[in-house]
Amino acid sequence: SRGRRVRSLSRTLVRRWSRGKPDGAGETRWSRGNQMEQGKPDARGKPDTVTLIPGDGIGPEISSAVMKIFEAAKAPIRWEERNVTAIKGPGGRWMIPPDAKESMDRNKIGLKGPLKTPIAAGHPSMNLLLRKTFDLYANVRPCISIEGYKTPYTNVDLVTIRENTEGEYSGIEHVIVEGVVQSIKLITEDASRRIAEYAFEYARNNQRSSVTAVHKANIMRMSDGLFLRKCREVAEGYKDIKFTEMYLDTVCLNMVQDPTQFDVLVMPNLYGDILSDLCAGLIGGLGVTPSGNIGANGVAIFESVHGTAPDIAGLDMANPTALLLSAVMMLRHMGLHDYGNKIQTACFDTIRDKKVLTKDLGGNSKCSEFTADICRRIQDLD
Amino acid sequence: MAAHSAVLSMSKIINPFWGGRLGNTVKCCTLSSMQLITYEMLMLQPPPAKYGGRHTVTLIPGDGIGPELLNHVKEVFRFSCVPVDFEVVHVNSALESEDDINNAITAIRRNGVALKGNIETNHTMAPSVKSRNNLLRTSLDLYANVMHCQSLPGVQTRHKNIDIMIIRENTEGEYSSLEHESVSGVVECLKIITRNNSLRIADYAFRLAREKGRSRVTAVHKANIMKLGDGLFLQCCREVASGYPDITFDSMIVDNTTMQLVSKPQQFDVMVMPNLYGNVVSNVCAGLVGGPGLVPGANYGRDYAVFETATRNTGKSIAGRNIANPTAMLLAGCMMLDHLRLYDYASMIRNAILTTMNETRLHTADIGGQGTTSEVVQSIMRNIQSKGPLTTDL
Repeated sequence: SRGRRVRSLSRTLVRRWSRGKPDGAGETRWSRGNQMEQGKPDARGKPDTVTLIPGDGIGPEISSAVMKIFEAAKAPIRWEERNVTAIKGPGGRWMIPPDAKESMDRNKIGLKGPLKTPIAAGHPSMNLLLRKTFDLYANVRPCISIEGYKTPYTNVDLVTIRENTEGEYSGIEHVIVEGVVQSIKLITEDASRRIAEYAFEYARNNQRSSVTAVHKANIMRMSDGLFLRKCREVAEGYKDIKFTEMYLDTVCLNMVQDPTQFDVLVMPNLYGDILSDLCAGLIGGLGVTPSGNIGANGVAIFESVHGTAPDIAGLDMANPTALLLSAVMMLRHMGLHDYGNKIQTACFDTIRDKKVLTKDLGGNSKCSEFTADICRRIQDLD
Repeated sequence: MAAHSAVLSMSKIINPFWGGRLGNTVKCCTLSSMQLITYEMLMLQPPPAKYGGRHTVTLIPGDGIGPELLNHVKEVFRFSCVPVDFEVVHVNSALESEDDINNAITAIRRNGVALKGNIETNHTMAPSVKSRNNLLRTSLDLYANVMHCQSLPGVQTRHKNIDIMIIRENTEGEYSSLEHESVSGVVECLKIITRNNSLRIADYAFRLAREKGRSRVTAVHKANIMKLGDGLFLQCCREVASGYPDITFDSMIVDNTTMQLVSKPQQFDVMVMPNLYGNVVSNVCAGLVGGPGLVPGANYGRDYAVFETATRNTGKSIAGRNIANPTAMLLAGCMMLDHLRLYDYASMIRNAILTTMNETRLHTADIGGQGTTSEVVQSIMRNIQSKGPLTTDL
């Protein structure tokens, strides 16, 4: 019987090791997120807990809309609501409330509505605080044309992956002499390698065929040159994915003429900011664009990037599409592709039908009606 | 203030068209007013390189499609009997030494005007080998890059009725080429914004808007993040705007701008911005009106003017195959003729180009057709021959 115990123990150990981490991603930062992306369901079979930050303005109503839709789809997600405001911690530094931080560190996955930053509040923007707290180094925005929401651009299907911690937004500025200001753009080897690795992993996990690095190395030789070199090095390890480099201006030029030629784009902070908003404009604006922020230690926060819209807050007029699509992105990140596809199909069908659209999509229905229609479709799909 | 009135009266004699705005410049600019007035007087005069009634213009073929397109420009000019001689200066981008580009710069200083193709920057070479185009712009202090994007009637685009003028600061900002690696693996690149240059470009934008009868100037920036740098730029624009009460001034953050451009580009009129945002916005606008082959660009300085295609592409992949679109380069040539005050020749050639553009059969590959460069050029010359004035009239 001891022999049997040893054999079963060794078999369990072998099974655990063989299920283990994929090649080349031995670092802990990939641990849960990447395994989830491999499509393996949670071994425990319990629902996953996700930190939900409703946000301000229309945040609470669109968050409840998303929760309702998830309930209708019977997605195995348990929500833990937390509020995020800037508070002054010990030592005088601004930080987010400790219970929110603890919840996120425990759950690793978060869904966030729009947060407002009051002007002259004395503290940096909430988004910046979250970014610094969880080291959210990659901002991922998949831009897919929504059938039913007509824009001049059709068949857009690309993903922008933007480095989110350094680059032009390092915030280091000086006045050298009166009338001369210098801003410092910081590019480091580690951050560039990290974002390039993430981009290629994302491409591989989501069956994308090519990654394009966007740069301006003809002018910023050393900084963008370093970024490009790191991208090239990482590309060597991903021979199944095509790697190209393109100047920022060429990308902009081609993007507005033919966006279908792009697949995954990886770039430093400023170019990413501009290009991701450009791509959001191609598919219809920030009201329908999902977004995800990937951080170190497996943390991932998915959010809607539009504003808080205080003028329509509480009037049941908000459009929950952006937050819903971000939640779908979250499901895919967690490996729950079936639920994600179901919810996305229902959402796109509702928009294509054009019967219950919210005001910004061109209709005059309420948010609750829009949500109810999606829930009904999900239940019909089952 | 005797100097002021002397300057004012002198300006009225030299440049009666510009007389009025000089007063505004004095009112709004609080810094070194005398400096500003003195150079204002001398601005935008066509160069004196005229011998026997013929101008001499420096021609820099560049790389890629530059040489063949500039040959076509020479061909069309010769055909139309334009009184311009070209002094060709080659710049070899594969060499590390800067002698070639320095020769080109000297030639431009001598002639005052240039027409150039884009010089390739091989970024696999050492970082000390700077971009030749950038070197040219900064040495000659060509501080304003002007691009006029207009929807052409014969070209199919997703958006119609676009008419945007983009004025981009051309010498500083992110293109200062000041980089260093203080710690291994950490590179810092400096973006410089100065009050003088910002005031200068804002003033140029407002004057141009007034001259062209435009009603609105939009400053594009990212001052919510780069508070000091872009904040200074925005502040300078506001100061200058206060001196032009007839022109509306507003500002927009660059990411919102690109989003608006792809959804509703008709809302923009004149846009002014620092260097890098100018690069992005001008390429987006060029793409919106039909592509890089259609839009000409001009770089103006105090004493010199250099004309080229707006998006500054080398076009290596289509070089030598007779499929490049000559429209942008030819229109750049027309802008050059306008600068030299040869307005009749400029409008003659421009009308011929626009008439040719209406014929879909002659569209080149970049705008969705199958025509060749030579066919387009032949058609333009035929148009000039049939519609242009007789040589005896000119």
